[in-house]
Amino acid sequence: MLNIIWPIFIISSIVYAFFSGNIEKISNGIFESAESAVQLSITFFGTICLWNGIIEIAKETSLMSKLTKAFQPFIKFLFPELKQNKQAKEEISMNIVANFLGLGNAATPLGLKAMKTMQKENNQKDTLTNSMVMFILLNTASIQLIPTNVIAIRNSLGSIQPNAMILQVWISTIVAATVGITATKILMKRF
Amino acid sequence: MNIVNFISVSAIPIIIIIIILYGIKEKKKVFEIFLKGAKDGIQIVVELFPTLLGIFLAIGLLRNSGILDFIIELIKPITEYFKIPSAILPLAILRPISGSASMGIAIDIMKQYGVDSMIGKIASTIMGSTETTFYTIAIYTASVKIKKIRFVLLAALLADLAGIITSVVICQVLS
Repeated sequence: MLNIIWPIFIISSIVYAFFSGNIEKISNGIFESAESAVQLSITFFGTICLWNGIIEIAKETSLMSKLTKAFQPFIKFLFPELKQNKQAKEEISMNIVANFLGLGNAATPLGLKAMKTMQKENNQKDTLTNSMVMFILLNTASIQLIPTNVIAIRNSLGSIQPNAMILQVWISTIVAATVGITATKILMKRF
Repeated sequence: MNIVNFISVSAIPIIIIIIILYGIKEKKKVFEIFLKGAKDGIQIVVELFPTLLGIFLAIGLLRNSGILDFIIELIKPITEYFKIPSAILPLAILRPISGSASMGIAIDIMKQYGVDSMIGKIASTIMGSTETTFYTIAIYTASVKIKKIRFVLLAALLADLAGIITSVVICQVLS
């Protein structure tokens, strides 16, 4: 996707700058962009490593399995077709928990594993099953307890209260997920 | 709105202490594990840098050329009608397409309007409450070689739209 969007951005900007007389501004801005990318990465360095360390502790304790258990009622409601597929249910729970804790690194490998497990029981190998659709939707919905990336960025940009939008994020996520799940449940019956 | 701020501000310290207390209770070498995790973080940042650089270049060009202002000016009447701040528009459009590009735009918005401004908060909320829909669908379906994705893109984009509208509304209500 970016292979198309990136050149479009660059070419259209430079062409437009020639016509609007902003070409000098553009020229100066190029190396400023490179510099600000470095500055931001340095700030990222601390925050991302810090959070990764804390999450690693959570992964090693029983906290993870307890959270998985807590998600069972959810799984039953969202994936009624996975009655017998215990392995898929476990992998889905772990993926949701990992997403919930903001463990993007852990969530994606677990999610792909769950897709493989579900594919084994799929009768039409080239088409998504209902459970798969619901599972992908959940993964596009960004259900997480703490939006660490955004907080890290707000922090690096000198926010007075970098965490002050957590409640807003929770509410928006819940609305988005509810709309997505409802749409999936309805569309599932027709398509 | 003190309660809102209190919940938001205390969530992270509370989670950190719960995780560490759990680690101690189960006799884990918490510091060693922390170091291991932190080390993995280095990889993430290093891998992120080239994307960040490329996006910053493109976004910098867009801003400096004046073309973005031109486009925003064109669609302003529509967004004003829906009470969506026009500065949010490029972010809302790019959010489902590219995680790194939308992050670059969000950072740019926060820099220009101020992190703690209304628009800065809306941008943060959009970034925190939505995902890179196209990318997620692509890797999840490609991993099991599925070609017919049925209605999943439609449902996911509906969810994104709902999330973005809610972000705009909720930030204005809770400020």
